[in-house]
Amino acid sequence: MERIQQVVGRARAAFKAGRCRSLEFRIQQLKALERMVKEKEREILAAIKADLHKCGPNAYSHEIMGLLGELALTMEKLSSWAAPQPVKRNLMTMRDEAFIRYEPLGVVLIIGAWNYPFTLIMQPLVGAIAAGNAVVVKPSEISENTAKLIADILPQYLDQELYPVVTGGVPETTELLKQRFDHILYTGNSAVGKIVMAAAAKHLTPVTLELGGKSPCYIDSDCDLAVACRRITWGKYMNCGQTCIAPDYILCHPSIQSQVVENIKATLQEFYGADVKSSPDYERIINKHHFKRILGLLEGQKIAHGGETDEASCFIAPTILTDVSPESKVMEEEIFGPVLPIVPVKSVEEAIEFINLREKPLALYVFSNKKELIKRVISETSSGGFTGNDVIMHFFLSTLPFGGVGNSGMGAYHGKHSFETFSHRRSCLIKDLKMEGTNNLRYPPISQKKVDWAKFFILKRFNKGQIGLALLALLGIVAAVVWKNHHSVLKRKALLIVLAVQRLGWPNVW
Amino acid sequence: HPYAGLVSHLRTSWLSGRTRPMEYRVAQLEALGRFLDDKKEEILEATASDMGKPCFEAFFSEILLCKNELHQTLNNLGQWMKDEHVGKNLVTQLDSAFIRKDPYGVVLIIGPWNYPVHLLLVPLIGAIAAGNCVIVKPSEISKNTERLMAESLSCYLDNDCYAVVTGGVQETTKLLENKFDFIFFTGSPAVGRVVMSAAARHLTPVTLELGGKNPCYVSDSCHVQNAARRLAWGRFFNAGQTCIAPDYVLCSLEMQEKLMPALREAIAEFFGPNPRESPDFGRMVGDKQFRRVRALLSSGRVATPGGVQEMSPTVLADVLPSDPVMQEEIFGPILPIVVVANMDEAIDFINARPRPLAIYAFSSDSKVVNQVLERTSSGGFCGNDTLMHFTLTSLPFGGIGNSGLGKYHGKFTFDTFSHQRGCLHRNMGLEALNSPRYPPYSQQKMGLVTATFEIKRRGMCTIL
Repeated sequence: MERIQQVVGRARAAFKAGRCRSLEFRIQQLKALERMVKEKEREILAAIKADLHKCGPNAYSHEIMGLLGELALTMEKLSSWAAPQPVKRNLMTMRDEAFIRYEPLGVVLIIGAWNYPFTLIMQPLVGAIAAGNAVVVKPSEISENTAKLIADILPQYLDQELYPVVTGGVPETTELLKQRFDHILYTGNSAVGKIVMAAAAKHLTPVTLELGGKSPCYIDSDCDLAVACRRITWGKYMNCGQTCIAPDYILCHPSIQSQVVENIKATLQEFYGADVKSSPDYERIINKHHFKRILGLLEGQKIAHGGETDEASCFIAPTILTDVSPESKVMEEEIFGPVLPIVPVKSVEEAIEFINLREKPLALYVFSNKKELIKRVISETSSGGFTGNDVIMHFFLSTLPFGGVGNSGMGAYHGKHSFETFSHRRSCLIKDLKMEGTNNLRYPPISQKKVDWAKFFILKRFNKGQIGLALLALLGIVAAVVWKNHHSVLKRKALLIVLAVQRLGWPNVW
Repeated sequence: HPYAGLVSHLRTSWLSGRTRPMEYRVAQLEALGRFLDDKKEEILEATASDMGKPCFEAFFSEILLCKNELHQTLNNLGQWMKDEHVGKNLVTQLDSAFIRKDPYGVVLIIGPWNYPVHLLLVPLIGAIAAGNCVIVKPSEISKNTERLMAESLSCYLDNDCYAVVTGGVQETTKLLENKFDFIFFTGSPAVGRVVMSAAARHLTPVTLELGGKNPCYVSDSCHVQNAARRLAWGRFFNAGQTCIAPDYVLCSLEMQEKLMPALREAIAEFFGPNPRESPDFGRMVGDKQFRRVRALLSSGRVATPGGVQEMSPTVLADVLPSDPVMQEEIFGPILPIVVVANMDEAIDFINARPRPLAIYAFSSDSKVVNQVLERTSSGGFCGNDTLMHFTLTSLPFGGIGNSGLGKYHGKFTFDTFSHQRGCLHRNMGLEALNSPRYPPYSQQKMGLVTATFEIKRRGMCTIL
């Protein structure tokens, strides 16, 4: 346990020494990370296969491709993301420099999950490194092969003091959470999310929690059912249902329920063949504990398709349940498995009410030909993210912030959002030490005149129009020229001049 | 469970969708504006009773700055509420991709006593603008303002969606047992921890505006009179009870000897020979605070007349890092000067301590100001002045580390109280384009998927 304290302490010392401040250093580390992903591709895919029975092409497109894209984007944009951002000034600060600086937070902790064990560590790591932090990485012990691999290869490519890997289970994680970090990003379930946030609260550490929940999928009767069901089947059964944004359950009108089942069955046949167990493209449940848990959810349910299991290999066939009651066990917890309940609802209103009675999910899906219906569901519900007429896909667009709300999490990342999550936006105002004249207005002793001046200089007007910027610029130029040529006279008459302009009805500046 | 009824009532209003339409939010915000206009005298009186707040300070900080935020919000609300369309990749080219600004739901705003109207109303403006229902908890320490808010706000705002809860530590603890969708807290780091722990139980996101000791480095090359005036203004505003007040000065021995008379001059100019009698100098908010601050005066060389007797503006010279006045955020009209050899020593001094809400640096040499900026970390920074970065609404205002997390002011308040929801609205047709992603998987399919999904480094050409 002292080892953990030392590791974090070394990372903090390395951060304080300033090694990871420069953009060159950060890009060099990101390049090294990119090399690692490319050079160790075979080992990475093998580890994921050992953990989740995931085939190469699948693992590549889930865990490597997106990551490489994120790396390329970040390296390309880093200098523009990290540049100080000038902000709009008001009349009082016209002559000053006002900008926002992006600064590292310090030492960041990233705790990964087991379902996409490589990318859920690496993608946040990219953002954390880019923002100039030191990062302690804690892969999930449940996906043990990937955890071991990360612990092996990361130190071979990255600075070992700044980006250490800590492995272990609950005791190690608990010890880690006692240390002080400057940000913690945790991916996992809500129960542990609360523990992470409580630990963070002791140090006033900001957190990003990527949690989960039951992501509902509403299928409107007016939609291309065959296409909808194909897309849903893809998103539901990928990674054997162990995806935080998988469509957890379906809401649809009872009259289309059997059609939905038939379509999904046909798609399953197309994807995995007649004997799913022998398809190289179908994964397995991560371990016996989750296998038993998911099996328990099937009790008392009407199995319309699937239901076959094999404990030895943690195999559960793609399963569909129909006429599921909202009170049943399978509707209480996030399924995280290849079981798809269909809950009949009579209308979109009922679906919306159903969704709103429950915790806010990580993702929400709606299939409909009616654009208005989709818009309606979006505006009358709340969720981390949303995809209409497909599933999962909002995850792959890095310009969209990826995160939860309520029980499904807080904060977001991906693309530039990762950089911002791991940065401190520091406001900066640099004034001139001279030009004390205007400051006199604010100093005591106070008089009514000073109050009037304060209102003039500072109070924003409620305006519905905009002043022509050109006019303002012109006035500015005129003022500057006049000042340059007559400043001694003007200094004496300044108050009078400004008063005169005010009397003339100085237009609203804002 | 007290307050459970209130929270559930607000939640029902929230679920009814009443606070969503822009017209509704504008109407509530305009009502808040009328509150500030109608109750101007009452606000000035209440803050004067609570902490002897000078009229001008109250007008400036509690009314004028709030109206600024209000007007900026009303001017821009339509724009801020709009879905923000985002760049798309190849595979989503034909889709609609945007970030929606969703309200969180029922939010809690806990205000402090030092700027009791401003620090409650400015977050409230953002929370209303973002479409939430709000419970507001003013500080019980600024009793008169608390009473004013509790009695008046309900006359202006929709009582089904916005409520004021009053009370002390016990009541606040009970309030925090409920589930909120967001909590905005301004106060001390110690209570900030309590609030965040309570929030963790419900996975409620928080913004914590806390405090610390804000250092102010004054370099040898600077216009001493101007620096002294700006420093004195920032330190003694609201009798020092400002979270971003310069808490202590770091400078060389030489500069200390120049600063002291300059500070004395500024204080005399501002408050006259007897500050206690100046209408422009505030008071400590209560006995407990007065005694706490008094106790900090037990060491250091007093450089100002009448400093120790009653809470007059006091400058302490030759202060040691171990002195009591350097152990906690002062939050009173005392300005200690700690002598350091040079800028490097000042920067090391600052970096050895928890990160503050603000850092100030005075120098005629812009390189010095930039060095202090670049080699330290703080919530915000102001060069060659104090407090002013707070008044620019285009700058995000917040802390880091012990001084807080999250930010607000201007659009940042609206964003703080909104959930940025990533939305992708896809085409139901063109299903053929999706086929590379479906099993059965093959190298060929993977090649296609890579081609459509991947982001390549610009300038890197790979021949497939």
